Amino acid sequence: MAKKQTKKNVVLMQGNEAIARGALAAGVNFFAGYPITPSTEVAEILSVELPKIGGTFIQMEDEIASIAAIIGGSLAGAKSMTATSGPGFSLMQEGIGFAKITETPCVVVNVMRGGPSTGLPTKPSQADIMQARWGNHGDAPAIVLYPNSVLESYELSIRAVNLAEKYRTCVILLSDEVLGHMRETVEIPEIDNNKIIERIKPTIPPEWYKHYPETAKYRSPMASFGDGYRYHVTGLTHDAKGFPTNRADEAEIQNARLKKKITYHLDDLIQVEDYEMDDARIAVFAAGITSRAAKEAVRSARRKSRKVGMLRPLTIWPFPDEVIRERFKNVKAVVVPELNEGQMLGELKRVLGNKIKYYPIQKTSGELITPDEISAAIKEVRK
Amino acid sequence: MKIPQKRIHKFLRHGKKFPHVWCPGCSNGIVLGAIIRAVDELGYEKDDMAMVSGIGCSSRMPVYVDFNTLHTLHGRAIPFATGIKMVKPRMNVCVVTGDGDSSAIGGNHLIHAARRNIDLTVIVINNNIYGMTGGQYSPTTPTGAIATTTRYGNLDPVFDICKLAEGAGATFVARTTAYHAVEAQSIIKQAFEHKGFSIVEVVSACPVIYGRLNKQGSPSDMMRDMKKRGIPVAAYNKLPEEEKADKYPRGILVNIKKPEYTQRYAELIQSLQPEKGDE
Repeated sequence: MAKKQTKKNVVLMQGNEAIARGALAAGVNFFAGYPITPSTEVAEILSVELPKIGGTFIQMEDEIASIAAIIGGSLAGAKSMTATSGPGFSLMQEGIGFAKITETPCVVVNVMRGGPSTGLPTKPSQADIMQARWGNHGDAPAIVLYPNSVLESYELSIRAVNLAEKYRTCVILLSDEVLGHMRETVEIPEIDNNKIIERIKPTIPPEWYKHYPETAKYRSPMASFGDGYRYHVTGLTHDAKGFPTNRADEAEIQNARLKKKITYHLDDLIQVEDYEMDDARIAVFAAGITSRAAKEAVRSARRKSRKVGMLRPLTIWPFPDEVIRERFKNVKAVVVPELNEGQMLGELKRVLGNKIKYYPIQKTSGELITPDEISAAIKEVRK
Repeated sequence: MKIPQKRIHKFLRHGKKFPHVWCPGCSNGIVLGAIIRAVDELGYEKDDMAMVSGIGCSSRMPVYVDFNTLHTLHGRAIPFATGIKMVKPRMNVCVVTGDGDSSAIGGNHLIHAARRNIDLTVIVINNNIYGMTGGQYSPTTPTGAIATTTRYGNLDPVFDICKLAEGAGATFVARTTAYHAVEAQSIIKQAFEHKGFSIVEVVSACPVIYGRLNKQGSPSDMMRDMKKRGIPVAAYNKLPEEEKADKYPRGILVNIKKPEYTQRYAELIQSLQPEKGDE
């Protein structure tokens, strides 16, 4: 629990608690989950806080039930969230696909731990970068965010809920074991209600209502169950009204919609931290907990007047292709530290091709990558 | 027969949903009719009705009715329905599921929803087979029966879904058959009225797949079989053991009162609110 300090709103807070607090600030009023290390604090805190504000917490029988329950809750009108880690995230994939095709807003928090399988439950990992994007069967883009501090866990938790409601999809908020469990002093910003996004409700009569209408910006109003708009929701490919269809033209429209509502809004979705990249000849590309070490290494290189910068995606998916192309124009080499076997490295190579040199640092032992290791790689590049 | 037809049409969706996907002789339509008539008799608003299903033949039902309808993932209708009920307890939430959907892939969810005693009405249409995928054996396929994955006869013992639900803590458990359509309607109505987890197993017929594989005759032969084997529970209990073997009890098997889950959660919320003037 957060300890009050002298300054107003300044608290010592854990990463997982920040996610829970962010969810509450964003208006989450339904949480269904299943215990799994290292994510349990999110559920524990929300089980205490939600009933106080008239919200609902339920511990389900497994992760499959948890994702199902939050989708049901969302259809009934709630802002919904669940939190899990590797094995539970795998179990949730079918439900995540269902949330995507039915365009039902919800947030899945995945506090990453070592894998595969039960793996290293109490150690950090970044090996679900690809699962977060490609985990469900079938093509459907994902919105995936990944903070690197306790304060940012709070902020991106709010943002995840906002984006889920705005784009009617399942948003995945990544964290990792260290980020989730570490404590930092944070000044919690005042909640600005103008920055909390509410679902657009239909203003047309029920008989005109289409659950998946064609709209210019691929964003559409959504009625809740019980609102008087009786509609059908199915995981089958459906027409604009939500009824199953086998017609190629209708299937094409709906599948394109899932894609376009992401690609049309890249400017809104993509967030990166650009640290000392303006004149950088060497870049470090890192996300989440690893970027903390990366920044330290960049800082230390800058002290020696080396032209080194860091680019950090806060939005992992959609991948920030254009930003990378733009910011890497004068970069000769990139150091890519990550707690996996090159999941982001592959994406960078896809974007930048062989124009630059790559220096991967990969660890899957459950240990973090240190600033020294990154500094050593930077030194290696300069040779 | 004119009047019930009109009642049904008030609740069916029009347009391209029909013709429906069910085979000739299938019991699903009878169960749909029973549900609709029960809802009509109770005077529930369509807006307050949610029908949730999983995957399978019976799970195609929601698309045809003018409720808030949700056709979900295989086995997962109950947790989806749980989410709706927790968020909007005032809604009448009904789950339509099959034997495989509810007791194989979804067995875990069935027992835990029963344990919580959450106010859902689960209607299990038990046709003893996976019909939609072409006739593979389910947990209720009789031992020895033929399915497309038990060509040599089914080795598995069967689940008694009613006993399973009772053991898990369901507070309303009933069995009826598609033959006893009027009874089915009355039981489904009582299940809706029951405050807590209710489950109704409707023994049904799949003449096109199960019936054909097991030489059960025509759809009407299969209906006659339900009439012969489904015995009112009081009479069934009096039968000597050897006569019970090929019969099953029907009617309301469990009907008890226990605190309902969403009600208890509402009380919890209430208890956590600061007293008025208690600043």
